[in-house]
Amino acid sequence: MKLTLQIWRQDSAASEGHYEDYLLVGAGPEFTLLEALDKLNDQLVSEGKEPVAFDSDCREGICGSCGITVDGRPHGPVEKTPSCRQHLRSFADGSTVRLEPFRNGSYRVVRDLAVDRSGLDRIIKAGGYASIDAGTAPDADAHHLTHEKAEYALDMAACIGCGACVAACPNGSANLYVGAKLLHLATMPSTKAERSTRAKEMVRVAEEEFGPCSLYGECVDVCPAGIPITAIAGVNREKLRQVLRGMAD
Amino acid sequence: MTLADTGTRVRPAAEAQLLDGLRTIGSDIAGMIPSDVPAAEFWTDRKLHYKLVSPLNRRKFTVIVVGTGLAGAGCAAALGELGYNVEAFTFHDAPRRAHSVAAQGGINAARGRKVDGDSLARFVKDTIKGGDFRAREVDAWRLAEESIRVIDHMDAIGAPFAREYGGQLATRSFGGVQVSRTYYTRGQTGQQLQVAASQALLRQVARGSVNLHTRTEMLDLIVEDGRAAGIVARNLITGEITAHTAHAVVLATGGYGNVFFKSTLAKNSNVTAAFRAHRRGAYFANPAFIQFHPTSLPVSSEWQSKTILMSESLRNDGRIWVPKTPGDTRDPNTIPEEERDYYLERRYPAFGNLTPRDVASRAARDEIVAGRGVGPLKNAVYLDFRDAIGRLGRKVIEERYGNLFEMYTDATGEDPYVVPMRIAPGAHFAMGGLWNDYDQMTSIPGLFVGGEAGWGYHGANRLGANSLLSACVDGWFTLPYAVPHYLADLLGSPKPALDAPEVAGALDDARGGVERLTAIGGTQGPDRFHRRLGDLLYQHCGVSRDGELLAEGIRSVQALREEFWSDLRVQGQTDGFNQELERAGRVADYLDMAELMCLDALDRDESCGAHFRTEHQHPDGEAKRDDENWRFASAWERGADGRYIRHQEPLEFVSVPLETRNYK
Ligand SMILES: Cc1cc2nc3c(=O)[nH]c(=O)nc-3n(C[C@H](O)[C@H](O)[C@H](O)COP(=O)(O)OP(=O)(O)OC[C@H]3O[C@@H](n4cnc5c(N)ncnc54)[C@H](O)[C@@H]3O)c2cc1C
Ligand code: SF4
Ligand code: FES
Repeated sequence: MKLTLQIWRQDSAASEGHYEDYLLVGAGPEFTLLEALDKLNDQLVSEGKEPVAFDSDCREGICGSCGITVDGRPHGPVEKTPSCRQHLRSFADGSTVRLEPFRNGSYRVVRDLAVDRSGLDRIIKAGGYASIDAGTAPDADAHHLTHEKAEYALDMAACIGCGACVAACPNGSANLYVGAKLLHLATMPSTKAERSTRAKEMVRVAEEEFGPCSLYGECVDVCPAGIPITAIAGVNREKLRQVLRGMAD
Repeated sequence: MTLADTGTRVRPAAEAQLLDGLRTIGSDIAGMIPSDVPAAEFWTDRKLHYKLVSPLNRRKFTVIVVGTGLAGAGCAAALGELGYNVEAFTFHDAPRRAHSVAAQGGINAARGRKVDGDSLARFVKDTIKGGDFRAREVDAWRLAEESIRVIDHMDAIGAPFAREYGGQLATRSFGGVQVSRTYYTRGQTGQQLQVAASQALLRQVARGSVNLHTRTEMLDLIVEDGRAAGIVARNLITGEITAHTAHAVVLATGGYGNVFFKSTLAKNSNVTAAFRAHRRGAYFANPAFIQFHPTSLPVSSEWQSKTILMSESLRNDGRIWVPKTPGDTRDPNTIPEEERDYYLERRYPAFGNLTPRDVASRAARDEIVAGRGVGPLKNAVYLDFRDAIGRLGRKVIEERYGNLFEMYTDATGEDPYVVPMRIAPGAHFAMGGLWNDYDQMTSIPGLFVGGEAGWGYHGANRLGANSLLSACVDGWFTLPYAVPHYLADLLGSPKPALDAPEVAGALDDARGGVERLTAIGGTQGPDRFHRRLGDLLYQHCGVSRDGELLAEGIRSVQALREEFWSDLRVQGQTDGFNQELERAGRVADYLDMAELMCLDALDRDESCGAHFRTEHQHPDGEAKRDDENWRFASAWERGADGRYIRHQEPLEFVSVPLETRNYK
């Protein structure tokens, strides 16, 4: 295949960026988007040019490292699929594909296509955990969690932390991410204890770091983990519950 | 090359000469304090004798933990909970992204709840036997004992383990065992454990007990007065290289399987931290022990960046076969039953498709070499779910393996509900690692190791689902006892000063190392060397090895290394985000590592587990161990003259008597 890759180049957060066009030849439809970038980089390095910086690690769709905007869409053309699992078979031979970083006010560009998504971790740091020290846990078989509830918790826990939902949202809201974590932990027996404080603190930090949610729903189409739109409702539910109960749990 | 050998092989002169040029034989070393305590009670006894640090004194100690995978995140969080100052480092931008996140199948625990005959002793037996008697027995006992707490703890901090309809934890079975002791969360066990562990770590960051450095890579170890005193690290965004000192250092930096370039590991996994500690004096144990995972996706294009792994749990319901006729290119669904060879079920009736990984990988390789491989490159075998779907229905299969099936479809464009999957052996797990004693301490006092970066539990072959376990056990339930025991003696001594000569020296070395790479100014980027190194290793130090191949491998690695140091091109600046520079440093270490792997494989003149020397096999093609001469772990030291010194830790097997591995 032959593709023109129009790529955002930016040296660092402090410098200005611009697009540059590159011709990629000899790639196959079975290539992933990131393998296409590998090949382009090999080409660039052999010509003595700067390779394109981008984040990736597992290349299996589970670590959440990768994430680029492809023709205006976070992760690329195929719905609910991370960048590392997008394949060139989605593009017509000879076409031009535009690659840019995840765009969002709270993501600073590190270099070229790599961005800083540490805001997502600051939300977790605010309360997305269970305050249980090593060695103090009760027997996991002593509490029952029905099969259905465990499956539900797992559906919500599937988020890979890629941050595409934020990039897709016209407001830059992180509510899909926040809601998924709140519902996951609210379902597990031992992590319920801090349910209200968790909701209060996580939502507070999310509001500081990211935008409000206006229920556009664009996050759901790009989410590689298939987190459902109901997770967003979870944010309001958990917050309301906290206000009504006015207690820690 | 003889098929069946009798007695010890006499090493051909050329090999012996090559070996002698590269290594000398050193002294025996002891991994544990000798005692009369039976293996099963060793851990309880050891814990009883560990020194303690009182809660008020703990904050006087600083511990550096490199790596935030399951082992590192657990260790940093647990030490933080106890009250120590912890400095945690990861080259990832977030702790959750550590490679542990990718593990699919599950985590073992010897809870023995079911009436299927499981117990601590059975767990130990399976583990020791699976590792072909090249693991440390007491470590396996500790692994078994602490596995119980691991499940409780990980459940409590948020990992939603699969549950039965009645609400109890569900289990399944994995390769190499006949009981059901694997706990799982669909096909995302690693993700759920890793996310829970990183949340626990972030809780400590919020409390202020752990200081987390993301996008920061360890480049060197600082050793002062013979003790680990800190690390040198590079901020990957600014390029700044700085020193960090501490009373103890823990390396939980994962495995080195990526030396093969196409491996199942995350692309950034590497050996640098461990190897640089090795250069500073830490012994490297059993580097040749690499597991090839039997259910990886076959390579289909030159530019493929890795081999994707399909969880071994698929072997519970999937049946592995090849067409009986070599070169049969028919659509698999049209090949009638009597023309299929379910070779694992045929050769190993007791374990069938659930034989251990090394056995299954070798069997697949045999079929492929014999021309019965399938797929466009004839480099795969079938993993077929037709019968399971017929028996259990599509819905059950979907629930058990849904995301794995999706992943397969996505990678290959084929639908495994309809067409059998194609799988092949791929480089996967490193059983070797920095040598450590029973307290997880390396040969450098104050330098500890945890998780896949260490060597102790798995012997020559890791059983499925024992690795997440070992990472969790080390992180949460071994290092938090052993590290304080070491610190207790240091009470009153400050952590090394930043202006100490050793610190300045290590900083200079690290900066010099970066300059050395950029100064070459050649024509080829680091990835080109890495790809070639990988191909070379698959060929010479792969699923099966022989002396001649290995000797040739060593020479080829050396030639490639020479080319690297004269023709590498590192594009870009050193004072900013530069992924080429990161890769260059890692490939430089891989080249030395590859030499050491081939050397260890050549040196170990026996077959054991995943280390299969074709010169040593039984008439039926099974690995032939040589307990008389090789019942020890090799621990390699780098001599001052550049040669290696091989130390030996003799291995004792008391509770699991030595026997020939047999899965028939
Ligand atoms: C695809 C796949 C599936 C698997 N499935 C299973 C399974 O089902 N069951 C099972 O038991 N095991 C499984 N394994 C094996 C298991 O996942 C690993 O052995 C285990 O997760 C290793 O954990 P760890 O904490 O030792 O290291 P890792 O999770 O690899 O973490 C390493 C950490 O070290 C950091 N690091 C490394 N070098 C440096 C440096 N120089 N400076 C700073 N930071 C550094 C990294 O950033 C990372 O945080 C699987 C492995 C793979 C590849
Ligand atoms: S909710 Fe989905 S899109 Fe958002 S971070 Fe998680 S996985 Fe990514
Ligand atoms: S590289 Fe891990 S999700 Fe894409």
